[in-house]
Amino acid sequence: MNRPSLWEALRGVVRRDLMLAMRRRADVAMSVFFLVIVASLFPLGVGPEPAVLRTIAAGVLWVAALLACLLSLGRVFTADYLDGVLEQMVLIAQPLPVLVVGKVFAHWVVSGLPIVLLSPLLGLQFGLDGEALGVLVLSLLLGTPTLSMIGAIGAALVLGVRGSGLLVALLVLPLYVPVLIFGAGAVTSSMAGMGGEANLSLLGASLVLSLFFSPWATAAALRIALE
Amino acid sequence: MNWSKYSAPLSFYPLAGNMIPWFSALAALAMAVGLYIGLLVAPTDATQHDSYRIIFVHVPAAWMSMFLYVVMAIWAGIGMGLKARLSFMMAQAIAPTGAMFTFIALVTGCMWGKPTWGTYWVWDARLTSELILLFQYAGVMLLRTSIDDLRRADRASGVLALVGVVNIPIIYFSVQWWNTLHQGASVSMTAAPKMAAIMLTAMLLMTFGFWMYSIAVVLSRVRCVILERESQPAWGDPSSVPEVAEAR
Repeated sequence: MNRPSLWEALRGVVRRDLMLAMRRRADVAMSVFFLVIVASLFPLGVGPEPAVLRTIAAGVLWVAALLACLLSLGRVFTADYLDGVLEQMVLIAQPLPVLVVGKVFAHWVVSGLPIVLLSPLLGLQFGLDGEALGVLVLSLLLGTPTLSMIGAIGAALVLGVRGSGLLVALLVLPLYVPVLIFGAGAVTSSMAGMGGEANLSLLGASLVLSLFFSPWATAAALRIALE
Repeated sequence: MNWSKYSAPLSFYPLAGNMIPWFSALAALAMAVGLYIGLLVAPTDATQHDSYRIIFVHVPAAWMSMFLYVVMAIWAGIGMGLKARLSFMMAQAIAPTGAMFTFIALVTGCMWGKPTWGTYWVWDARLTSELILLFQYAGVMLLRTSIDDLRRADRASGVLALVGVVNIPIIYFSVQWWNTLHQGASVSMTAAPKMAAIMLTAMLLMTFGFWMYSIAVVLSRVRCVILERESQPAWGDPSSVPEVAEAR
């Protein structure tokens, strides 16, 4: 039997996870609805003044995106952990970090990408326009994969632990803070006329760093959970 | 002399017991002299008056909070690399002390901020990242306590501690990277210190005192951890087990 190449293994994992997600579309829809509802709570709570909404828009949308991403973290590994697929993934001859990249990428396509695509609409509701709207989308496009990457470490650490839903939030949210600061900062500074380039570059740097380190940490955490 | 002998909890337990009094005495001495110089000898600051004196607690505590996190992560890393039980016990014992120093740094910072900045708290880069450090200590400790299997708890919280190390340079350099309210470092290895020699002496003495205190406390806590984990300590004093359970 010939061994599939690294690339084929990666593609296989992504294809499988996307197919599983498409079979249970309600799960995907849930995190999107969550984002929309959380974002619409703020104008109701803070009051509908356009000036106020415009100033809090970046922060609110970023926090909502962060929470939506956090809520979907349980789906990355739990099902595979429970039915034993994860154990097979650890055992096969492909390097585990590569398979982790595949799973996290699939998770991002399912839960991060809809947020990015939906964000211009939510931004418009908060009175963002023109350049700020573009920066918001770009910052989420760079930031949400980082959130998925960091979140995967937490999700792997709490596999099979009691109260894991709450625990993963406590573990992962502190690590999300820099991404939140850079992301919301990019939008705010572009609204202030300074341009969001500096913060966007920092977001890009975070993405590259997390792409490099997080698969190793996640793989180590998975091995610990499964031993 | 074969140092690796002390990597066994069995032989480390009495060694730690012998070291604790020395480190405690050093800590008490350094802190007493440091506080004396800092509170009584050092002159009053021209602009901040006497409120600046809190730096003799604040700065050493902030240094220790970051330093202890790195030490904890190193012990966890050694534990995972060498599969040494004692290293994980050290990491476990360091976490509460590190969290305490983080808390002290935050509280003393608030106390200093009110008379100087006019506010207890600002969402400034260094304050925020120090707060995140407190959450990270909490996360490491919570993850450990919520996993029942000791081996897994050790290694999982070790991975988390290692991942969290990325925050340490962010805290340390935050005042240089972002131009915010918190002032830059007053002391550096390369440049001449921007503070009077007497103040620097007091601060360094306090730092040394806090450091020795941390070692003493961590060693006595690691002794408790050893007693807890090695449930039948035929070599220790069995009568101390209920004491440990009570102290917890």
